[in-house]
Amino acid sequence: MLRLRLTIPGLHSIPDHPQLVRQRPRRKWAQCVLVLLGLVWFGLYGASVAAEELAAVQALHRGNGAEPQTLDPHKAEDVSSANILRDLYEGLVGEAPDGTLIPGAAERWQVNADGTEYTFYLRRNARWSNGDPVTAEDFVAGLRRAVDPLTASHYAQVLAPIRNAAAVIAGQEPPTMLGARAVDAYTLQIELIAPTPYFLGLLTHSTTYPIHRPSLAQHGARFTRPGNLISNGAYRLSEWVVHSHIKLARNTHYWDNVHTTIDEVSYYPTEDSNGAFKRYRAGGLDWTGTVPLNQFRWIRENLADELQVAPYLGTYFYGFNITRPPFKDAPGLRHALSMVIDREILTGKITGAGEVPAYGWVPPGVAGYEAQGVNFSALTPAQRLAEARRLYAAAGYSRVRPLEIELRYNTSENHKKVAVAIAAMWKQALGVKTRLVNEEWKVFLETRKQKVHTQVFRAGWIGDYNDPYTFAELFHSGHGRNDTGFVNVDYDRLLQKASLTTDAKTRMLLLEQAERILLAEHTIVPIYFYVSKRLVKPYIKGYAANILDHHHSKHMRVLKH
Amino acid sequence: MLAFAFKRFLGAWPTLLILATLAFVLVRAAPGGPFDVEKSLPPEIQANLDRQYHLDEPLAKQYGRFLAGLAQGDLGPSFQYKDYTVNELIATGFPVSLRLGALAMGVALLLGLSLGVIAALRQNTFTDYAVMATAMTGISIPNFVMAPLLILLFAVALNWLPAGGWEGGHWKHTLLPVIALSLPQVAYIARLTRGSMLEVLRSNFIRTARAKGVPERWVILRHALRPALLPVVSYLGPATAAIVTGSVVVEQIFGIPGLGRYFVQGALNRDYTLVMGVVVFYGALIVAFNLLVDLIYAWLDPRIRY
Repeated sequence: MLRLRLTIPGLHSIPDHPQLVRQRPRRKWAQCVLVLLGLVWFGLYGASVAAEELAAVQALHRGNGAEPQTLDPHKAEDVSSANILRDLYEGLVGEAPDGTLIPGAAERWQVNADGTEYTFYLRRNARWSNGDPVTAEDFVAGLRRAVDPLTASHYAQVLAPIRNAAAVIAGQEPPTMLGARAVDAYTLQIELIAPTPYFLGLLTHSTTYPIHRPSLAQHGARFTRPGNLISNGAYRLSEWVVHSHIKLARNTHYWDNVHTTIDEVSYYPTEDSNGAFKRYRAGGLDWTGTVPLNQFRWIRENLADELQVAPYLGTYFYGFNITRPPFKDAPGLRHALSMVIDREILTGKITGAGEVPAYGWVPPGVAGYEAQGVNFSALTPAQRLAEARRLYAAAGYSRVRPLEIELRYNTSENHKKVAVAIAAMWKQALGVKTRLVNEEWKVFLETRKQKVHTQVFRAGWIGDYNDPYTFAELFHSGHGRNDTGFVNVDYDRLLQKASLTTDAKTRMLLLEQAERILLAEHTIVPIYFYVSKRLVKPYIKGYAANILDHHHSKHMRVLKH
Repeated sequence: MLAFAFKRFLGAWPTLLILATLAFVLVRAAPGGPFDVEKSLPPEIQANLDRQYHLDEPLAKQYGRFLAGLAQGDLGPSFQYKDYTVNELIATGFPVSLRLGALAMGVALLLGLSLGVIAALRQNTFTDYAVMATAMTGISIPNFVMAPLLILLFAVALNWLPAGGWEGGHWKHTLLPVIALSLPQVAYIARLTRGSMLEVLRSNFIRTARAKGVPERWVILRHALRPALLPVVSYLGPATAAIVTGSVVVEQIFGIPGLGRYFVQGALNRDYTLVMGVVVFYGALIVAFNLLVDLIYAWLDPRIRY
């Protein structure tokens, strides 16, 4: 069967509705009309018409990194689970291919004047994959389940802005006390503790997905198995063979099913990026989770059209343990070490996959936030070197009496390369003697947390939602992963103030101010901002780069190839 | 004989208990826990998780719980793969590994023995040198080099076979992993067979057989091969171990849903129940094999029974 689709340049703002023009034998006349229409457009715009022919088999094969830990939306915490859940479920709010928030299961919503109460109006035609209507009660049940201590959700804390969420998680209140209620079958009200500008963004997270109560009650812990799982997104689960594949089929009851092009999506665990790359080249995968870095140069030279590199909401950095010497009370020394690291060389020659040199903590591209930078980013290399040497000497070190430190990272070829380069830069500029220590991942996390043996350590942070707070909170004195030991009363106060501020602009200014405090202390050395990198076959269309690296299969289509 | 079998059977249990205990202690002795991630968990959530998986209980109680579960054949829920129990993971993974391993072993024996015999019969000819040179290469190239090479050649360059995946064990998906897994064993077995075959062929009873006018084919198959097989049979134990460990690597490279991956993934993720479960399962398997071998030996040689 031939499927024709016409794309007219200059009309990209019109949503893609390929199904409308799918040719069916009985609807030949419809096709004729459409072709005529296309010709009329052609005449009107005088533009070239690119005929886009859809493949007869609309199947997508996605490499997905690790085996997903779970398909229970309220227990999921890993990226591979989240990718699949995004296809299976739909939150109140959805995402366009470029990450813009669009109505999801809710067709519209209202926010009260002080930004603490959201009312969502659900689509009346939204259906679960078994045909049951999706109701406000399903969402309330999902939210309650996520914060219920019995669920033991890893990510329940993202719901903390909702009234009573923290108390329910801690077991002090029953889940029914959560500030979310169904006004009627299609109206949902959520009460927040304070205005939370990123709240709508949070509603794309799997923790907020609804739950099909009858199937959960019937199957209990086995509700995520094929045959048992009832989902409300564009796809339903058809097969799951652990460590082999997960196959999704179209959910014919989905309210927007008519605009879904791809019929079947397969996710394959690809822990080994080299193996995934070979499967991609052999044609077994259309889409990879990442790119093997040792082949990056070859890929850039030979598969440039298929390589997709885009900014990603994450920062790669080094942290100083400031609770112990030599970095305790030594901002000058930390400053010197940070200053002599040439980020351009690191990203250009060492990592080399398009990473962006980092001089600030919050990555650029966060909506409404002005990226901050350390105070030396404007200096020339020579000025930096002179200033660093002065600070180094002021801290009491010299070529004769050099600083001796340990640089700790988790075992990985890439982290090692960066560490070796940085140690060399320190050595060359200041004469610092660095000992590289690598540890297995879980051991490394434990060492970092204890803050006893660490001096300088490698770290990375990926934002959960498109807002600076997901970065700022890491250095709050009470944060569990604040492994540098940074405690600053002003910083904490600014964060607190920001969370209570209704005005979005003021809130951003407060968070920017907090970041400047953090950067002025040189507690961390920002090194680069992450990029997402993957290979996508040229015949896959409909996706776009976005900073959270979320890609819904329902937006995509497979061209004839 | 029955008494001997019973005695051996009883003796196997303490071994298993020690193994289970060691697995329990060692996996908990490793720094870091199953829920340590870079995004740290707030204490309340950590507490909820610990309660869910009984990690808040004293170690002795956890150990008791583990043993009680074990006695009922229940290995508990996986920490990492939250939707599955360890029993389910083993039940889906083991048949895949077994199939892969059995096929690899079959290929290794078939090819190894034939090549070995051919090389021995044509000693010091070009055939002999070619077979032995190939064998030496096979032994020297580890799985993790051979597997990607095979993929590059047959999947990426020639596009004859898929580069990975399992698809329920379709032969196209099985071929390359089986080759990658069996090649070193083919090489080993070929060398062993050639060596012992050469030795046997020089012995007096072969000369006698030939002198009696027994046809050469009969001499080889009936008289020479059987004694020549003994070293190969005793090599089967280490070969099985090599195939099991080799499958960890091969399964990873080809993306095969076997049990081998759980060893590595389980340990890296501190998936306590999964690691303990897989260790105990493989341990029980090996103990059972040894028991079987003991019994066969005893049956063959009555002196062992006393």
